[in-house]
Amino acid sequence: MRFFRDVATIAHKDLRAELRTKEALNASIAFALVILVLFSFAFDPDPDEVHQFSGGFLWIVFSFAGALTLNRSLARELVNDCLDTLLASPVPAAAIFLGKVVANFALLAAVEIVALPVFGILYSVDLRAHLVELPLVLALGTWALSVIGTMFSALTVNLRLREVMLPTLVYPLLIPALIASMILTTDLIGGEPLGAGNSLWLKVLGLYDLVFTSLAMFFIDTVLVG
Amino acid sequence: MKALEIDGVTKYFGDFPALRDIQLSIEPGSALALLGRNGAGKTTLLRILAGLSRPSKGSVRILGKNVREEETRRRIGVLGHSIGIYDEFSAEENLMLFARMYGLANPRMKADEWLDRTGLAHVRDGLVREFSRGMRQRLAVARAFIHDPEVLLFDEPFTSLDDRAIAVLQDLLRGAREQGRTVIMSTHQLREALELSTHVALLKRGAIAYSGERLQEMLDDTGWLYRNYGDA
Repeated sequence: MRFFRDVATIAHKDLRAELRTKEALNASIAFALVILVLFSFAFDPDPDEVHQFSGGFLWIVFSFAGALTLNRSLARELVNDCLDTLLASPVPAAAIFLGKVVANFALLAAVEIVALPVFGILYSVDLRAHLVELPLVLALGTWALSVIGTMFSALTVNLRLREVMLPTLVYPLLIPALIASMILTTDLIGGEPLGAGNSLWLKVLGLYDLVFTSLAMFFIDTVLVG
Repeated sequence: MKALEIDGVTKYFGDFPALRDIQLSIEPGSALALLGRNGAGKTTLLRILAGLSRPSKGSVRILGKNVREEETRRRIGVLGHSIGIYDEFSAEENLMLFARMYGLANPRMKADEWLDRTGLAHVRDGLVREFSRGMRQRLAVARAFIHDPEVLLFDEPFTSLDDRAIAVLQDLLRGAREQGRTVIMSTHQLREALELSTHVALLKRGAIAYSGERLQEMLDDTGWLYRNYGDA
């Protein structure tokens, strides 16, 4: 119980700090919207083409926009050496990590909530037909992005080139989760529900989240304290 | 049970030995001044004591337990070189956050109590980024004391403090000593440190050059220790 209270305290702190400065959120939302607008004017795809590339396109937008948020996650703790204060406190490193993952998940979800209707309008996709299954896929994919991004944000926090290093390290490891999220999102937008045809990818995504969340929570104390 | 037991601690940064086979122990209620030139290893040792870094060899026990145990960290107050508080939060929000992290029963009451004690009650809702340097330092002191720690680990606590913050910190440290708390601080301010301390450890190139009780000679002549045991 104490552990989850600590997780909530850290998540609340990070969200409050971000909502006060809006440093990462504004940049991520602006990036996502610019890409969606530019691509719609550059390619002007017909509905069949949209159904074929929608999943891949959306997840590229989400993951690239997400990198801007994830970069700030641990870096904000470097100001005034707040990371040391967190680590010297009795809050377990796993709770600090999970709190940050929850905060990043909420921020990335906010970017997706803004970007998806814009995608629907610009690319003529009726997303109302997928209000139950699409959020599930988005949640699983976004959790994977948050866990891996937060873990590598912790690993690269003391590097001068962390803005460059983070995407370089994160995206290769995210390939299985991104492929699964892209395939499932493409299927849903193309009218194929979650089920027999794509259940393997749903399992891959769920298992990926479970395994990497567990591994990250196990190793985070070593990563942060050395 | 010792307040602090350091057993053969060695710390390497690459091939460079920042600390070499440190052996040290102090009783509860003692005040240890950790002295030494720049680069002697004081901050490295304090970071290990605070659980912010792991030794390459050896072990540290505070109040008989491993410092990375949550229960031990709950009993330690740490004040490092930097203030360790959030610029985008108000003074009260910062202290309430740390009160929650230490599991204190009434975070707002505790925060308000320490804002009063450090003379910051009138700016409780002000954002830290708008504070003067002295106010930020006093808030950092309040943050380190808010959970009534039994062991205080302070790294250069008097450096760059204004007069008021020095007075606040000296009062708090004297109070902590009277209540039987253990204080371990690294400092270059020999006069202030020696007046507050019961024990002294001098680090020289990562090794202990002297450790023992603070002697009257040290108070009478602050250069005595360095002349006899350091690089005078």
